[in-house]
Amino acid sequence: MQRNLTCIICPRGCNLVIELDDEGKIESVSGNACKRGIGYAEDECTAPKRSVTSTVRCEGGGLIAVKTASPIPKSLVFECMKKINGTHAKSDVKIGDVIIKNVLGTGVDIIASGNKML
Amino acid sequence: MNYDRKADLVIIGGGPAGMAAALAAREAGINDILILERDNELGGILRQCIHGGFGLHTFGEELTGPEYAYRYEKRVKEENIPYMLNTMVTELTPDRCVTAMNEKLGVFTVKAEAVILAMGCRERPKGALGISGTRPSGIYTAGTAQKFVNMKGYMPGREVVILGSGDIGLIMARRMTLEGAKVHAVCELMPYSGGLARNIEQCLNDYGIPLKLSHTVAEIHGKERLEGVTIVKVDENRRPIPETREYVKCDTLLLSCGLIPENELTKGAGISLDRVTGGAVVNGKRETECEGIFACGNVLHVHDLVDFVSDEAVIAGRSAAEYIKGKSNEKIKIKLQTDGKIRYTVPQIITELSDTTVYFRVSDVYKNAEILIEDGEEKLYSKKTLKLAPGEMESIKLTANMLSRVKSGEIKFSLKTGV
Repeated sequence: MQRNLTCIICPRGCNLVIELDDEGKIESVSGNACKRGIGYAEDECTAPKRSVTSTVRCEGGGLIAVKTASPIPKSLVFECMKKINGTHAKSDVKIGDVIIKNVLGTGVDIIASGNKML
Repeated sequence: MNYDRKADLVIIGGGPAGMAAALAAREAGINDILILERDNELGGILRQCIHGGFGLHTFGEELTGPEYAYRYEKRVKEENIPYMLNTMVTELTPDRCVTAMNEKLGVFTVKAEAVILAMGCRERPKGALGISGTRPSGIYTAGTAQKFVNMKGYMPGREVVILGSGDIGLIMARRMTLEGAKVHAVCELMPYSGGLARNIEQCLNDYGIPLKLSHTVAEIHGKERLEGVTIVKVDENRRPIPETREYVKCDTLLLSCGLIPENELTKGAGISLDRVTGGAVVNGKRETECEGIFACGNVLHVHDLVDFVSDEAVIAGRSAAEYIKGKSNEKIKIKLQTDGKIRYTVPQIITELSDTTVYFRVSDVYKNAEILIEDGEEKLYSKKTLKLAPGEMESIKLTANMLSRVKSGEIKFSLKTGV
């Protein structure tokens, strides 16, 4: 079986062609300009992952931008948004601070990706 | 002209272009710099671009907009480069007097040895699109909606249609979806998207949002609040096909229909603009036709990636520093012409016999084309490409050797198709 994907790792957006065997195992990946494309194809065909970016409210007012420190399973993106929207950051929060530790048991933290916006 | 203070270098705009230009000028030995920024923080539009994808070229890692901006802001502060926030520049003269105002100083004028224009761009508004119908609330440019959601924490609506498939529109389709809105469709007038392929994948396909190519919004409905839009397919001449009209109920229409360099100050200084880019005509040093006034970033031409804005700002910052120190290597004048399939080049003129990277965009999607650079009948350069698209800026490095061979004072960039 053949699967076509657009690589989302960088702005180049390579068109990946993936050959899969009958059990869905990857036989070959082509169309990728770099080796990160192979990693993306493997993840995408077995356990797709996405980064999530959003904002949380700070105690006493203002918003702070947040992100998953690394990609999480794609199937958990909306659950992750619920966690983010149910959280408040401290009023003295700074870029890089951990906002939610180990979100949804993924081992990935939600961290502040900006400074407070008033 | 009378002035209140002097500075070696005034930079108008404290976004990614202004900050990178300031740092490059400082590195080149210019101490007396002043950045004028109209917003209440440095960082420009990156502050509201909380999504990832920035910095892969510059830093080798994927950053969000605020993170990318913060790296520059931190260095500007470490270098003690002076900047004024909440300060609006109202006038620039050809002899480099910059008039600005803020709450503290009122109206004041700075006389600069050199000026770098780094004002960025703005979005094409509804009024420029000629959509018929009523004028209810609920219609925003994608960037305005982005500011509401990401910086103010307000949702502009729940049932959304997006017109235009530029990157901001695609990013907002995902952002609105993540915050619980239903995005019914992204309509794109052209038969191809203006956004990056990765954004179509991760912002639309991931959430099952249809991208309707060759579609536009024909009519707006609703009196106080937007109630719906009529979308329609267009033919190859972009004319609506009436029998394809379709009503879509929605309370919000987001517009992502192009960006326009913000050049009111540039025009006021009498500097010629390129009709295609909407930015100043510049040489390889990013100097405008007005001596000592340089431009970089989205005010010069709209970039796809902030990384390229930073690169261009470094050129402008270094060039301004050289100008202030009185160094000039101008020896030649080569005009860069285009054939229409190649829409524009930046720079438009080359005045220095040194390696020069020329950036350009094409006017349509071209497959299997050959890029040709000719001096009269003589071929200077050619390169075969698999695919070129208007949404993706290309670049070619012209070597000093190549430029030294130019006899006519004019080189032409053209595209040979079907090779």
